[in-house]
Amino acid sequence: MVTDTIQNQVRTLPRNIKKRRVQIGLPVSIHLALKEIWRNKGRFFLISSVVALITLLVLFIAGLTEGLGQGNREYIENLNAQLVVYQDKADLSIPTSRMSLATVRQLRQVEGVEAVGAVAFSNVSIPLPGGKPPLKISLIGVLPGEPGEPVVNQGQGLRSKRADETVIDAGVAQRTGLKVGDVLTVRSTVGSKEQLYDLRIVGIAPSSQYFIAPSIFVPYITWDKVRPQPLATSQTGEDPDVSFNVAAVRLNNTADAKAMSKTINNSVKEIIAVDLQTAYENTPGYSAQQSTLGLMRIFTLLIGLLVIGGFFRIQTMQKVAQIGVLKAIGTSSASIAFSSIVQIFSVNSFGVVFGALLTFGLALGLPSAVPIRFVGSAIASSLIALLVIGPIGGLASIQVLLKAEPLRALGLAS
Amino acid sequence: MAIALETQVVTKQYENAGQAIRAVDEVSVNVKAGEFVALIGPSGSGKTTLLALLAGLLRPTGGNIFIDGSPLWQMSDKDRTQFRGEKIGFIFQSSNLVPYLSALENVELMLKLNGRLDKSGREWAKELLDQLGLKDRMGNLPSQMSGGQQQRVAIARALVHEPAVVLADEPTASLDTERAYQVVQTLATLIHAQNRAGIMVTHDLRMTRWVDKVIRMTDGKVAQIIESKGEIEAYSRGSEH
Ligand SMILES: Nc1ncnc2c1ncn2[C@@H]1O[C@H](COP(=O)(O)OP(=O)(O)OP(=O)(O)O)[C@@H](O)[C@H]1O
Ligand SMILES: [Mg+2]
Repeated sequence: MVTDTIQNQVRTLPRNIKKRRVQIGLPVSIHLALKEIWRNKGRFFLISSVVALITLLVLFIAGLTEGLGQGNREYIENLNAQLVVYQDKADLSIPTSRMSLATVRQLRQVEGVEAVGAVAFSNVSIPLPGGKPPLKISLIGVLPGEPGEPVVNQGQGLRSKRADETVIDAGVAQRTGLKVGDVLTVRSTVGSKEQLYDLRIVGIAPSSQYFIAPSIFVPYITWDKVRPQPLATSQTGEDPDVSFNVAAVRLNNTADAKAMSKTINNSVKEIIAVDLQTAYENTPGYSAQQSTLGLMRIFTLLIGLLVIGGFFRIQTMQKVAQIGVLKAIGTSSASIAFSSIVQIFSVNSFGVVFGALLTFGLALGLPSAVPIRFVGSAIASSLIALLVIGPIGGLASIQVLLKAEPLRALGLAS
Repeated sequence: MAIALETQVVTKQYENAGQAIRAVDEVSVNVKAGEFVALIGPSGSGKTTLLALLAGLLRPTGGNIFIDGSPLWQMSDKDRTQFRGEKIGFIFQSSNLVPYLSALENVELMLKLNGRLDKSGREWAKELLDQLGLKDRMGNLPSQMSGGQQQRVAIARALVHEPAVVLADEPTASLDTERAYQVVQTLATLIHAQNRAGIMVTHDLRMTRWVDKVIRMTDGKVAQIIESKGEIEAYSRGSEH
C-alpha cells in the first residue's frame, strides 16, 4: 500500500536544498527544447527532412542559375579587356552587331586604349566517334594576339590570321579528349551541304563558354572560311572584308572603364562601348533566364517558409494547454519563447545541412554537360536564406506561445 | 501554527455582456502551515476562480491575498511569476505533466525553474517519488503511466521545491474511486509531514475524509466552514448515501 510506505518513511523535513547553488544541466529553455526534440525524434526528423528536400531544390535551382549564367557569360567575363564595343544600332545584341576592321583601327587611335581586337561569333559542331551526338560549339574568330583571344594555359596562341589552327577551350578538350598538336575536325555547312574542316590544335585555354557551348578560337580569316554560310563565297586578297560582331578593348588604366566608354562613344561614330557586365547581361536570353530562375528560387524559399511556419504553428497550437501548465508553475514567457526558437533553429539548421550534403553528394555524380555549378554567390545567398527562413517562419508560433494563458491550466480563460 | 495563506475580502467580478457576475464575493479565509483544506460547493460557486486568485493567475477586483506574508497582487508580473514558482505547488485536474519529460524530469523541472537543481535537489526529487511508490517509474514518460501514477508524479512536483502553499483543482477527477482515495490520502500525508498549507477543490465529498477543514462555497460566498474532526467525518460519510 502506497500510504503505508509513506508513513514509515516520511522524515520531518526534507534535507537542506540550498538556494541558488550550481545547477545540474542546461538552462530550462534549452533543456525543454532538446528534451522535446529527443522524445519526438520521428516528428522532428520528418520536418527536418522536408527542409532538407527544399534545400536540395533551392540549391539545384541556384546551381542551375549559376551554371547557365556562367555558360552564357564565361567568355565575355574572362576577356582580357575592359570594354565591349557594338554597332550602335544593334541594341547591345552581339548577333545583330557588325564591326569592321576600319572601326577597330579608329578605336586604336583613342587616347587611353591599349589594344583592340575584333571578335566574330558563329556555331559549328564536332563529330564525335562511337555514334555519340556531335558536340555543338561556339566558333569564335579573333585577331591573333589581340584582345578577344583567350590566354592559353597549354601550348601557344594563334600566330597567323589565316592558318588552319585553333585554340580550344578546356570544355572542348575534356569532351573530345584532344591534345595540343592533334587535329580537330569541325563540321560546318555551305549552302545546304555539309562541309568538314581540319584544324590543328596549337593551344588550350581555360573554359570560355559562350551561349552555353564550349568554344574554339580561330584566326579571323579562317573563321570566315569555316563558319556556316549561305553561299560558297570564298574571299581572297590580303585582308578580306570579314564582318565581325564586336570589338574588345583593353585600356591602359583598367579601373577607368566607365569614363573611357564615354570617351570612346564620343570619339568614334556609330558605335557604343559598354563594360563587360553590361555586355554579358545583354547576351540573348541571359537576363530573362536569370530572372526566371531567381523567381523560382524565391518561390521555393517561400514554400520553405510556409512549411516551417505551418508546422511549428500547428504544433504550438496543439501545445497551448501544456504551455499554460508550464507558465502556471513559474516558467517565464521569455524562457518558453526562447525554447521554441532553439527548437526551430536546430530543426531548420539540421535540415539545411542535411540537404546541402545531399546536394553536394548528388552533384558529384552529375555529368559535366549538365550546366549546374555549386559555387558562387547564388549558392551562398541561398544557404543563408534557407538558414533564416526557419526562424522567420517560426515567428508566427512565438506569438501563439506568448499568448498562451497560464489560467488555461485551471480550465479558465480571462 | 503559522498562517501560510490569507485572503481579505477577496472579490472577483466578471463583466459578461454588460452583466456583472461575482464569481468570488468577499471571501476571507486563512490556511495554516500543515493544514489541509477542502474547497467544496456546487458547480459555478467560484471554487476554481478562488483557486486562480490564490495562485496569482487571476487578478482580484477587490481585496488582498497574502502568501507567506507577502501581498501577492502588489508585485510586478515578473516578480509574481517567480514567486509563484517558488512558493506555490500546483496539481491540476489532468494533462498536468510535461509529456516529453520523464517522471523524474517533471519533478526536477520545478527545482530547475527555481535554480535549485543541484545534487541534493535531485536526491530529494528521487526520494519523494520513492515515497509516492514510483521508485520503478522514474524514467517513464507520462504516457507510459496510469492516471493515478501521473497524479502522484504531479504531487511530487507540487511539493519538491518546498512551497508554502499547495493548490489542487479536482486532482482526482479523472481517477476511479480507489485510486482517488489513494491519491488524496497520499497528498494529505505529505502535506502534514512537510508542513505545507494545502487547498484542494473537490466535487467528491468522500475525499474530505483526510482534510482538517472544509470550506463550502455557494454563489461566490463562503457558506460554511467546518473544522471539527467529528463533523468532517460525518460530512464525508453522509455523502455516501
Ligand atoms: N471568463 C469568465 N467570464 C465570465 N464569467 C466567468 C468566467 N469564468 C468563470 N465565470 C463564471 O464564474 C462563476 C464561477 O466559476 P468557477 O469556474 O470558479 O466555478 P467552480 O466552482 O469551479 O465550478 P465547477 O465546480 O463547475 O468547476 C461561474 O458562474 C462562471 O460562469
Ligand atoms: Mg472548477
